[in-house]
Amino acid sequence: MTTQAPSSSSSGAASPGQSMEPQARLDLYRTMVLCRTYEEAILREYHADKGPGFDIGKGLIPGEMHLSAGQEPVAAGVCAHLTADDAITAAHRPHHLAIAHGVDLRAMTAEIFGRVDGLGKGRGGHMHLFDPATHFSCSGIVAEGFPAALGQAFAFRRRKTDRVAVAVAGEGAANAGAFHEALNLAALWALPVVFVVEDNDWGISVPRDLSTAVDSNAVRATAYGIPGERVEDNDVDAVHEAARPMVARARAGEGPSLLEVHTLRLWGHFEGDAQGYRPDREKVHEDDPIPIYEKRLRDAGVLDDELVQQAAADATTKVEDAIEFAKASAVPDPSTATDYVFA
Amino acid sequence: MTITETPQGTRRLTTSKAMVEAIDQEMARDESVFYMGEDVGAYGGIFSSTTGLLDKYGPGRIIDTPISETGFIGLGIGAAVEGMRPIVELMFADFMGVCLDQIYNHMAKIHFESGGNVTVPMVLTTAVGGGYSDGAQHSQCLWGTFAHLPGMKVVVPSNPADAKGLMTSAIRDDNPVVYLFHKGVMGLPWMAKNRRSTDEVPEGEHVVPIGEAKVVRPGSDVTVVTLSLSVHHSLDVADKLAEDGVDTEVIDLRSLVPLDRDTVLESVRKTGRLVVVDEDYLSYGVSGEIVATVAETDPGMLRAPAQRVAVPDVPIPYAHDLEYTVLPRQDRIERAIRAVL
Ligand SMILES: Cc1ncc(C[n+]2csc(CCOP(=O)(O)OP(=O)(O)O)c2C)c(N)n1
Ligand SMILES: [Mg+2]
Repeated sequence: MTTQAPSSSSSGAASPGQSMEPQARLDLYRTMVLCRTYEEAILREYHADKGPGFDIGKGLIPGEMHLSAGQEPVAAGVCAHLTADDAITAAHRPHHLAIAHGVDLRAMTAEIFGRVDGLGKGRGGHMHLFDPATHFSCSGIVAEGFPAALGQAFAFRRRKTDRVAVAVAGEGAANAGAFHEALNLAALWALPVVFVVEDNDWGISVPRDLSTAVDSNAVRATAYGIPGERVEDNDVDAVHEAARPMVARARAGEGPSLLEVHTLRLWGHFEGDAQGYRPDREKVHEDDPIPIYEKRLRDAGVLDDELVQQAAADATTKVEDAIEFAKASAVPDPSTATDYVFA
Repeated sequence: MTITETPQGTRRLTTSKAMVEAIDQEMARDESVFYMGEDVGAYGGIFSSTTGLLDKYGPGRIIDTPISETGFIGLGIGAAVEGMRPIVELMFADFMGVCLDQIYNHMAKIHFESGGNVTVPMVLTTAVGGGYSDGAQHSQCLWGTFAHLPGMKVVVPSNPADAKGLMTSAIRDDNPVVYLFHKGVMGLPWMAKNRRSTDEVPEGEHVVPIGEAKVVRPGSDVTVVTLSLSVHHSLDVADKLAEDGVDTEVIDLRSLVPLDRDTVLESVRKTGRLVVVDEDYLSYGVSGEIVATVAETDPGMLRAPAQRVAVPDVPIPYAHDLEYTVLPRQDRIERAIRAVL
């Protein structure tokens, strides 16, 4: 097993996207725009009928809602290396990963609306999206999605495929026992897993430096004898480049790696979070990764007004179609409330 | 038990404020008390269990933790063993799965295994319950699971005054006490609340002894034994049925360990009819325990078969209509009461 010193990349070095095909970068951009358009639409629908005041249990989309705006570079950059045969386990903030991995938008949206055509026929909700077609799943129990990815990787390898499993969660999750057990087990058995830590600086209201003893989770990879890298910027090109050898290593049967991305939680932890604890809440939008990437691609001649508009229009069409589909889908029949406990 | 008059010197507080007041008073009184958990500092607790305490007591005693439940609950146990009085918050009872070993193999067993030589004076607070579409991993009550495992006291306040009084008792108790607060009784501004989630709370020291149920509504026709948010649904139904001349007695268990069986038996002996309303899962839980208590003592006191209104053995569904089908809501409670009459 190879042990590499933890490294960390930042855009101070040569820009990672320069060597990429323009089409590939355009795809990354489009994926990010689709993710954001989706979250904006969910935001709209979620808040549409929570009143008077804010009642979390009310409306077309009730319950907790953890949106991923700002974290699109992680999803787009990592998932670009995957196919629907590869697995992803996500956490309570799953939409961007599901979208970038190709989970059916209609079925996912119907689930978020709690309808019969949803991925879980309305039983699961937004933290519990299970899509066998793309081997996607998520869990609302922080860090508990890591071990399941190991099992998927184990199955892929036993069946002599080169498929990989990607386990994603936040920096807060990296302090849970399940994360550390999973790292050791994956390293020990050289499982085809890529661990991805989305460091958005916050675990709800707790800042990273009050929760985590190390500056970089890449050193934790080192502790378990596997390659680890921290991408310091919320830059999709950098994520894409860092994830490439990790996915390749897993596919080649050489074992797991860990990628940490210093990303950004653009909105609250969940909808309704006033973020009084957060000093940067007024100016956080200045670091929005999508306009930053858009400008870079324009400067590089990859994007122009027409392509930007097209990406936005395509995304809006797909997202609104999914929302319409969800709203038209039936509410589950109460007489089926105890179905599906057993196979 | 009889109904106690509202004491002098009260004001109206939400359940969460009443809970915080007890913690505040005990922290002021006893240096060894501290509160630890996720988002209990600047945020004030996701369900407002610690609002304002950080400002008053600082980060040395109101402590935000990493998402490391096994680690910090275990830490609480060790501190308690050394004579501190930790209050440790598990944000949702549903998360017990990641740290249950510390709870039931350590917190709950150390006193026994040490032959009584080591005490664990710790409070484990945790939020329970559904009704707002938080899905199968954030809506469970699970109090029956805690209560099933020997070695920890279990309290479940349903209203502001009991929240304060039971918290005071829990902190002062030399045993581990699990303190389960239903999100729907806390009086949170961002969640539907029952009208009794803001109510009279005694000022100053207020102690509700652990292990005493309370008859919250006296009646002669039927006994409803319940706890937590379901107390309020049951009271609503009792009010409604009173219009039809049905006189319902409602018992709020308040504590599950120890369980006040006498109050239950006394009531059932009087009414001869029993309905148990429990937001936890139906099988192997509180509702079965109550019915067994009657059956073991004198099944002859029942003039009709007992009814249990609980979550049928299914995880809590996300979709609103499905969730409200499985929760013990007013419609199901009313049907059960009518069935035993
Ligand atoms: C085991 C467990 N503990 C606590 C929680 C409550 N909780 C939900 S999200 C969250 C913060 C997660 O932080 P992080 O892993 O950094 O992810 P982020 O929300 O920042 O995306 C917490 C504490 C949970 N869901 N599961
Ligand atoms: Mg985070």
